[in-house]
Amino acid sequence: MHALDTTPAVVLVLAIGVLVTTGVYLLLERSLTRVLIGFILLGNGVNLLLLVAGGRAGGAPILGTTPLWHMSDPLVQAMILTAIVITLGLTAFVLAMAYRSWQLHGHDEVQDDVEDRRIARLAAKNEPSFEDADAVESGETLDDEAARTRDETDDEISKDRTGGGEER
Amino acid sequence: MLQLLVAHLLMVLLAPAIISWLGRRGFLVLALAPASAAVYALACTSRVMHGDVPVQHWQWIPQLGLTLTFRLDTLSWLMLLLVGGVGALVLVYCSAYFAPSAHGLRRFGATLVGFAGSMVGLVTADDMLLLFVFWELTTVASYLLIGHYAERKASRRAAMQAIIITTAGGLAMLVGVVILGEAAGTYSLSQVVAHPPSGTAVTAAVVCLLAGAATKSALIPLHFWLPAAMAAPTPVSAYLHAAAMVKAGVYLVARFAPAYAHLAVWQTIVIVLGCGTLLLGGYRALRQQDLKLVLAFGTVSQLGLITLLVGLGSRATALAGIAMLGAHAMFKASLFLVTGVVDAATGTRDLRRLTGVGRKMPVTALAGGLATASMIGLPPFAGYVAKEAGLEALLHPAGIVPGWVDGLVLAAVVVGSMLTVAYGLRFFWGAFATKNLGAGAGTEALPDADGTPAQPPIDPSTLHIQSPFLTVPPLVLAMLGLAAALVPHLGTELLEPYAETLPVGERGHLALWGGFGPALGLTVLILGVGVLAWWRRVRVEGFQARVGAWYLRHHLPEADVVYRRSMRRLDDAAADVTSFTQRGSLPFYLGVIVIVMAAFPGVVLVTHTTWPQDLRGWDTPAQAVAVAAIGVAAVLAARSRRRLKAVFLAGIAGYGNAVLFMLHGAPDLALTQVLVETVTLVVMVLVLRRLPPYFSNRPLARSRWTRLAIGLVAGVTVMAFAVVAPNARMATPVSAQFPDEAYSYGGGKNIVNVTLVDIRAWDTMGEISVLLVAATGVASLVFLRRRGGAILRAEDSERARVGDEAPGVWSGGTDEDDRGAALRRRGTAPEAWNRMQVWLRASATLAPRRRSVIFEVVARLLFHSMIVYAAFLLFSGHNNPGGGFAAGLVVGIALVVRYLAGGRYELGEAAPVQPGVLLGTGLFLSVGVGLAAMLAGGEVLQSTIFDLHVPLVGEVHLVTSLFFDIGVFLVVVGLVLDILRSLGAEIDRHADLELRAVREDD
Repeated sequence: MHALDTTPAVVLVLAIGVLVTTGVYLLLERSLTRVLIGFILLGNGVNLLLLVAGGRAGGAPILGTTPLWHMSDPLVQAMILTAIVITLGLTAFVLAMAYRSWQLHGHDEVQDDVEDRRIARLAAKNEPSFEDADAVESGETLDDEAARTRDETDDEISKDRTGGGEER
Repeated sequence: MLQLLVAHLLMVLLAPAIISWLGRRGFLVLALAPASAAVYALACTSRVMHGDVPVQHWQWIPQLGLTLTFRLDTLSWLMLLLVGGVGALVLVYCSAYFAPSAHGLRRFGATLVGFAGSMVGLVTADDMLLLFVFWELTTVASYLLIGHYAERKASRRAAMQAIIITTAGGLAMLVGVVILGEAAGTYSLSQVVAHPPSGTAVTAAVVCLLAGAATKSALIPLHFWLPAAMAAPTPVSAYLHAAAMVKAGVYLVARFAPAYAHLAVWQTIVIVLGCGTLLLGGYRALRQQDLKLVLAFGTVSQLGLITLLVGLGSRATALAGIAMLGAHAMFKASLFLVTGVVDAATGTRDLRRLTGVGRKMPVTALAGGLATASMIGLPPFAGYVAKEAGLEALLHPAGIVPGWVDGLVLAAVVVGSMLTVAYGLRFFWGAFATKNLGAGAGTEALPDADGTPAQPPIDPSTLHIQSPFLTVPPLVLAMLGLAAALVPHLGTELLEPYAETLPVGERGHLALWGGFGPALGLTVLILGVGVLAWWRRVRVEGFQARVGAWYLRHHLPEADVVYRRSMRRLDDAAADVTSFTQRGSLPFYLGVIVIVMAAFPGVVLVTHTTWPQDLRGWDTPAQAVAVAAIGVAAVLAARSRRRLKAVFLAGIAGYGNAVLFMLHGAPDLALTQVLVETVTLVVMVLVLRRLPPYFSNRPLARSRWTRLAIGLVAGVTVMAFAVVAPNARMATPVSAQFPDEAYSYGGGKNIVNVTLVDIRAWDTMGEISVLLVAATGVASLVFLRRRGGAILRAEDSERARVGDEAPGVWSGGTDEDDRGAALRRRGTAPEAWNRMQVWLRASATLAPRRRSVIFEVVARLLFHSMIVYAAFLLFSGHNNPGGGFAAGLVVGIALVVRYLAGGRYELGEAAPVQPGVLLGTGLFLSVGVGLAAMLAGGEVLQSTIFDLHVPLVGEVHLVTSLFFDIGVFLVVVGLVLDILRSLGAEIDRHADLELRAVREDD
């Protein structure tokens, strides 16, 4: 099969171009349904790209049916077959997400992550984006704090559990 | 030595049970583990002394060159003895130290023994990577033990600070180890030291190693984690932060000193850090009011001294250094344990409150006194012998560094020793002396600098007798310090073999009496000034307070403040990076990915490629037709505002792809694409019927052109790939061998199918795992609380139970305007169902107006034919187009037909099985075949071919990969069933419930 001319057919390249362009265009949308359709189109385009990369058209890669020199490349076909079925799984998953989003919010649009925005806002002000009591400066050094700790050497301390009235 | 590690590991695993069973006395059992290490070391003493070094060697991961190699030379012997001996005594001490009701003792015991085991590994490992593993294990154990009282903020913060600093050093050390190991061609510690590689990279590696050692041994400027680590329980301070773990850094310096002490960078680091730490620690110890902090800063100081001595690189200093290492472990562990006894008895470690303790607790005071004497270097104690040897060695320098540097080092050691005397006395006086602490009697009772009023002194008469388990371990350690010093020539003989490994300098020796000379003079001077500094402590404290205030006034940096500030900066920087990269916008992320794809590989493509000279229009004219259809459908799909329209147009593009596959010579692909496209269309329609018919109107006009531009850039880039890639091959395709392999090993003629189930079976295994995950995800998104609902059977339906009045499935409206309803009611009585008077069993569960008899008949007739066809595809797929994927999809479509004709109860009738079972069985079958091949002696997933002669049927050609394909088939069927049950049946149920709610509201 590698004896074949590997130059791709122009029409296939065009198909790849159209599918990828429309796919990416839809992928950048906010509606999950459109994103999904975009992904399917993009996936089809990429599958064609793989097909083209394997060489030019030939006969089915089945021994006894096609002579070896005329066979199309079976490796890319196995890869594409896997990709097609995976796309089905992905389609179902994204649809389930779209449905869930519709159940919860009444639409299937991908909103910006509020948490990310909050973090960005706080980062711009150089404020911590999370509460960490341990990071708050207590005004004394860790040495001083260590000096006030007591081990649970008698029963009162172990019942108290805070080791000398220290805050938790 | 591996046996020791195993013993420790077992003890770790048993520790929780032992302590549950025996309570705190269980620590006595735990003590057996480190005790065994000490006994082993003692048993090996004469071998080690005579140079017959015990070595053990096992392969661990030969591919990575990792070995379990252990070696017990003099240095390891000394460390093992200390780790084991002090560890056993500390564990004995724990058995009485903690209150019986203390919390977390099981975890504490296990961690402490685990630490002892890690330390045993660290000091005996001869493989540098193995050493690193144990090194990090001790870091983790230290973290857990410092943070033992996890509910206290001080403990958590101290633990976090310690692990961050020591791990940072550990990582630097790992870099050093790898550079060194690669340069030397071996990771064996003894071989690297015996034949040290050299060069710039190796010098950098040595600096990295020293960084690791400096953090572990709390040298400046990262010394502050050690005093903060005093938040740990006192036995931990005694063991980890005085005797054992902090010595790991010193151990590392001692290990590499024979090889690299001559490097200028080594000398600089060791001398600057050693002297600086020695002086700073001693100075800071003098102003502490807490006994543990006095000892902690004292430890910092002594670690500086020991690092200095072992790092200087002459035989005499090395001997003094490791003698000091041993002496320090004994006296400092003893002093910490003594502090613990005082703390437990009086309830405080504040030396402004302690008074009269010595009189009430003479045994503890004796232990404290002996250990203090060793620490400040009084004869005849180990500390004295070691310090004397050190002074002697420094007075006769080996000439590695210029004379003035030697002078400075000597001066630093002398001043540091004076400080040691002063804080040693301060400790002993603070813990045991009877003081006059009445109101206004002295500075000791004055309020703290920050204004908190001083608490009243303790009342010595309330002290009670302490358990011998508490008082004996420190006394034993202190007495050992005395005993070891009484036989100095034995010490010399034992430790000499290590000092001999250093290349330069005269031989040193340990002695109780070195004769009149400058060393003796210095000792007298040290003691005199030290005692004076202690005697005038009020003035010294005043001086330190003034220096501290001056320091604050000028905003000079303190190490721990700088550390915390830089951690905060790090947090800020992390937040900035996060806010820059995590915009929270999906289109932004995807756009960035696409642009990067176009920018980097795309630009390389344009600049570094030769374009093909001649292009072919098409392989066959039919391609052009298909491509035209695809192009029109894709563009219209992108422009469509109606959901369903977009979906159908995308479907047309998909079928167009199938045509292209067919024309390209890929019948398997064409078949699969058609089937998948069909299932996709149905699934899309099932979900989209619930969503609004139009995409929501958004003011996207502005960004539309941007998106179109990005799309075009991506499209053009990928087209360029498509033109260039096929001719850019540089090697023979792997698939060139596939036809041969497929037939001879895979036993099949359909090369694509054999590729999937045999040649590239691992990939397929990964793929069906993904399908399983996707199916599970779909089900969980729709069912929410369960993996999948109950299997719906016709007789469970509401119409079966209630009768015609029940609305039925898909009762989207009322029946009133439905004139054909009466006709469709035939056969809907439940009793008719079992008499096979209906085409589909569950069709009666539908709302009458939703029934279509023609569809029911077609479904009934088609279903079994499709199943048979699927079986044909499955079994013939090895030699003809077909296989598990296609067969599974055909069964899926058969189920779709039944569901569409008869509703959700019909789906349950058609496939009365949980999809999870199908998915699980399928994956198990595929994996099982692979493992079976392994059991049969082949490789995983290897195929076996059986040629059988079956009567009547004739020759049967059975390939085991058929079972793999059946697994694939089951997974695909499970996926489609899961989709139908979730996105079909369950969404139906939601809709029906909603409708009912609406009706009831009316």
